[in-house]
Amino acid sequence: MFAYALRRLLFAIPTLLVISFIIFALLDLSPGDPTANLPLTIPAEVREQIRISLGLGEPFHIRYVKWLEQFFVNEPLHLIEQATGWSFGEGQRMRVISWQTRSPVTDLILERLPQTLWVVGLSYLVGILIAIPIGVISAYRQYSWFDQFGTLFSMIGFSAPTFFTGLLFIVIFSVWLGWLPSIYDTNLRVTNAQTLWLQIRQMIMPVMVLALFNAAQLSRFMRASMLDNLGQEYVRTARAKGLRERAVILIHVLRNSLIPVVTVIALGIPTIFGGAIITEQIFRVNGIGQLLITGIQGADIPLVQTLTFMFAVLIVLFNLVADLLYGMLDPRIRYE
Amino acid sequence: MSDASVGAPQIDAPQRSLWSDVWVAFRRHRGAMLGVVIFTAIVLCVVFGPMVYGTDPQFIDVRARNAPPSLVHPMGTDNIGRDIFAQVLQGGRVSMLVGVVAMLISLVIGTLIGVLAGYFRRLDGPLMRMTDLFLALPLLPLLLVAIMLFRDTLRVLFGPEAGIFLLIVFLIGITSWMQTARIVRGDVLALKEREFVLAAKSIGTPSRRIILRHILPNVLSPIMVSATIGVAGAIITESALSFLGLGFPPDFPTWGRLLYDGKDFMTLTPARVLWPGLAISLTVLSINFVGDGLRDALDPRIRGR
Amino acid sequence: MTLRHMLTGAAALALLAPAAHAERGSDGQVNVLYWQAVSIMTPYLSSGTKDLEAASLVLEPLARFGPDGQLVPYLAEDIPTLENGGISEDLTTITWKLKEGILWSDGTPVTADDAVFTWQYCTDPDGGCAQLPNFGDVASVEAVDPQTIKVTFSVPKPYPYGPLVGAQSPLIQKAQFANCLGVAAPTCTEANTKPIGTGPFVVDDFKANDVVVLSANPNFRDPEKPAFANMVLKGGGDAASAARSVLETGEFDYAWNAQVEPEILTAMEAAGKGKVVSAFGTLVERIQVNQTDPDPALGEERSTVKHPHPILTDENVVKALSLAIDRAILIETGYGAAGQMTCNLVPAPEYNASTNNDWCKTRDVDQANKLLDEAGWMMGSDGVREKDGKRLSLLFQSSTNSVRQAAQALIKQDWAQIGVETELRNIDGGVFFGGDPGSPDTFQKFFADVEMYANNFDGTDPEKYLGDWVCSQAPSIENQWQGNNTSRMCNPDYDALHAELGKTAGQDARAKIAIELNDMIVNSPSFIPLVHRGRVSTKSNALGGVIMNPWDSELWNAADWYREKS
Repeated sequence: MFAYALRRLLFAIPTLLVISFIIFALLDLSPGDPTANLPLTIPAEVREQIRISLGLGEPFHIRYVKWLEQFFVNEPLHLIEQATGWSFGEGQRMRVISWQTRSPVTDLILERLPQTLWVVGLSYLVGILIAIPIGVISAYRQYSWFDQFGTLFSMIGFSAPTFFTGLLFIVIFSVWLGWLPSIYDTNLRVTNAQTLWLQIRQMIMPVMVLALFNAAQLSRFMRASMLDNLGQEYVRTARAKGLRERAVILIHVLRNSLIPVVTVIALGIPTIFGGAIITEQIFRVNGIGQLLITGIQGADIPLVQTLTFMFAVLIVLFNLVADLLYGMLDPRIRYE
Repeated sequence: MSDASVGAPQIDAPQRSLWSDVWVAFRRHRGAMLGVVIFTAIVLCVVFGPMVYGTDPQFIDVRARNAPPSLVHPMGTDNIGRDIFAQVLQGGRVSMLVGVVAMLISLVIGTLIGVLAGYFRRLDGPLMRMTDLFLALPLLPLLLVAIMLFRDTLRVLFGPEAGIFLLIVFLIGITSWMQTARIVRGDVLALKEREFVLAAKSIGTPSRRIILRHILPNVLSPIMVSATIGVAGAIITESALSFLGLGFPPDFPTWGRLLYDGKDFMTLTPARVLWPGLAISLTVLSINFVGDGLRDALDPRIRGR
Repeated sequence: MTLRHMLTGAAALALLAPAAHAERGSDGQVNVLYWQAVSIMTPYLSSGTKDLEAASLVLEPLARFGPDGQLVPYLAEDIPTLENGGISEDLTTITWKLKEGILWSDGTPVTADDAVFTWQYCTDPDGGCAQLPNFGDVASVEAVDPQTIKVTFSVPKPYPYGPLVGAQSPLIQKAQFANCLGVAAPTCTEANTKPIGTGPFVVDDFKANDVVVLSANPNFRDPEKPAFANMVLKGGGDAASAARSVLETGEFDYAWNAQVEPEILTAMEAAGKGKVVSAFGTLVERIQVNQTDPDPALGEERSTVKHPHPILTDENVVKALSLAIDRAILIETGYGAAGQMTCNLVPAPEYNASTNNDWCKTRDVDQANKLLDEAGWMMGSDGVREKDGKRLSLLFQSSTNSVRQAAQALIKQDWAQIGVETELRNIDGGVFFGGDPGSPDTFQKFFADVEMYANNFDGTDPEKYLGDWVCSQAPSIENQWQGNNTSRMCNPDYDALHAELGKTAGQDARAKIAIELNDMIVNSPSFIPLVHRGRVSTKSNALGGVIMNPWDSELWNAADWYREKS
């Protein structure tokens, strides 16, 4: 399995290069323009000068190679320099600079990663914690009241988009009841019990909105997969052996039912890093999702390119992790 | 497989085929039949509703803006005075069609790629790397580019509405199959090492037959779940697209769009979000019930009961 | 209220009288919300209004426009005019005097060198300065002495208040930006996000596209101001929820740009926590009418001056379209307090606004029908007019925005009543205004018959704005579809009169020509005015001193804001 993992990792390099090229080409082809948000009073000549000052005057392939160099050589070197205090070579290295904010893209990402990981990551965790028990019980007691209710809940959960549930939560909990803040304060530093409480309060709504959506999806996959396994012979065997019901369900059936769930979770983890565009926007959490959408709206190619590429790296990585987990969950799956 | 029906009446003990068994079991499944009834009802409503109801969803009655539900406007009106009931009926046509067709496209692609990658080891690498690529593509720029490149051509070929419909359905389908593919592949990886598949292989059953007879029925339940999620996802994605100006013309109602446009009026005229939201949920629910029934009917162990 | 409270309240009132007597920093923190988050703090590299306004808290120009459109001296001692000799007789130079003793927030004095540097910074050919138009025709900026700045123009400038005036071109500190000229401009992250300024606040912390934390400038020229010790400028989200956070939840004191349907705003205001404030500048929502043929069959020559539009070059047809629109309903449904009826391209300031075109204010369907009948467009059997086998059918495009789409639907219905068929299209704002020559959907390419958007001009002088309508400004393949004459209007008389405006000095004389130019546009078939739009923002009842200003930054007088004592 180790050899398999290594081979996959090596194969990931050309894959990622191809992906980065396709993303870059796509963004370049896309009709947005970095000067689109400027007031109409700014004349065309000035817009053209702005474009040239952003490096848009150069041909496509040169810009792509420049980005590659900045991303794979300059940025890592900069990170090492910052971490260790060493310096390589002399002079300023050109870093990946965002067009909108004129500041290095990686700094922006690092600034925003903690919020995203907290809010989206936590919501994912909460979602999984809700979904797995619901899925297991719903399947075990198929067509019981609990199951029917769970079904209804999850159908509403994934047919109500987050732009709607988020707003509904704000209207109920911030406007009518006045319990929770509707705007996320990114300057809050948790230093004592009181600020911790503030932090929890402001995280409740965004986390719950996302958790509901995730839980709705995940519980359906969990339920379906449990149902498939509950009818299998090995379950009958286990029961016939006199194993306690709890052990049969939790040890045998659950483990075997996790394969599709692991896939969904593994596909979900990169999206944690990608943030949640709509939810972050509604609650004004300055996360990666918000950064991405402002980047796309402002046609900030270096920013979007870097973000989506990092996203691609995570996807490739976590799909590998999922494949390795399959092997652990079901030893019959073999990769030579 | 339908050869049973040819000689069936003459034989005393009719030879039963898999699919007729499935159909019998399906009909006995209460949830499934309920799902079929609801789904058919919604389809009938959106297909014939606009003709029966008669109010033009685009007609603006400026004097009756933000009206509460009444006899003239059963669901009230929106902020420029359009009848919400008429819009929900009309919007359902597009939403249902987009939801179902895009879901089917994504299911077919997802299942095909998932099964091929899981079953044939040689295809696994390339197909899964392609899946990675699609997962990594930023959706919004992709849509912008596609619309820019193809809209005018399609508009000329199929007219403004049909052209945009084809484009949207295709784009949503092509960008949402990856999860299904990964899940199906994961299940197939495990299934193909199971005894019954190994047994089938050992007696020389061709791969095509193994996949169709043994693998596919066993990965049906995650596919069904993907289908329900896919319909909801497609309806909502369509609304996001119209909002960004990539979808249908702005005066062309769809459920997702009605929900989006109505969200700020949630406290003023709750009917604007309630009905489209309910319509989406009911559609998804009915498809889910049908999926459940189909899954149970296909499972020989449950079917007997 | 108890007696004790009343007494202390009265005492406090007597002491404070107007809150202007407060001490600097005595009122704690003020929370401001911009739903388009701030990206950068220098207007010279900025990407929009939100950045200009945020920067106006820190960086100041020589003079700003007040709420009435008149200039108010900020760093300058007074406004130079021909009368006081600040402007030379030949209209080629303007000389500004700095106020005595103004300090940068780091404690160093502001000198004329900083002004000269600001000009050099923005005019560096490699810098990509967004405010270059403000320095148009400037031959040189010199420091006559440390307090005196002399701007020389290469041509006579009847209106010389462009450079270093208004929110668009404030002074930046030479010492801080000295190494940021030209290509180095974007690399100066520290200077670009935390500029040293003369304004009431200084930046403490800057999180791009999220939040700016500011505190009172210890060296601000008025020792009693600002009343607030801190300001938090949060960004992100959408307009409706921004207004909600001020009017309904009361989490914020001020929210910029409440572009929300009026009934929602009214419902929110009813919560009693805040107010909607508005002011009217020069922004006009309009329909531009394509004077050239957008027929795809023309291929490359589509929407170019080579092919006049087959329908819309007839002024009676366009006049009928204009008469059929119910502007009152457009305002009522889409703008509320933020909209006024207008029939002009230049609606303000008052001395520049024409009163000759008020026919458009009353809807007259009969007259519109009559005009179309006279023009030879006869009602067809399906309710759509026809002439020579052509149907009166129009493609109507606009950018994506719920108010614009509602207006599109209303206008479509209005036009249906006079037998005009309309196909609507909305395009993502980033593409529509993006100007990408590769995209068919930009407002300049105008591959449609009519399009709706809003435009305005900076400051109060419309010369440059009216210059958008001369023949040479028409977008075409030759100029990569740039140019703001989106209607492709071309009238030699107009061009001649506009050239005349460029040579005329004095407010009254200029206003007379401006009105004449405005009327030529409004009565041509290339333009249908819709709504004069104002700026609308929301402020909490606990915030005092807010005066909406449509001509400069909305935060122009943040130094005077104070906490309302309740």
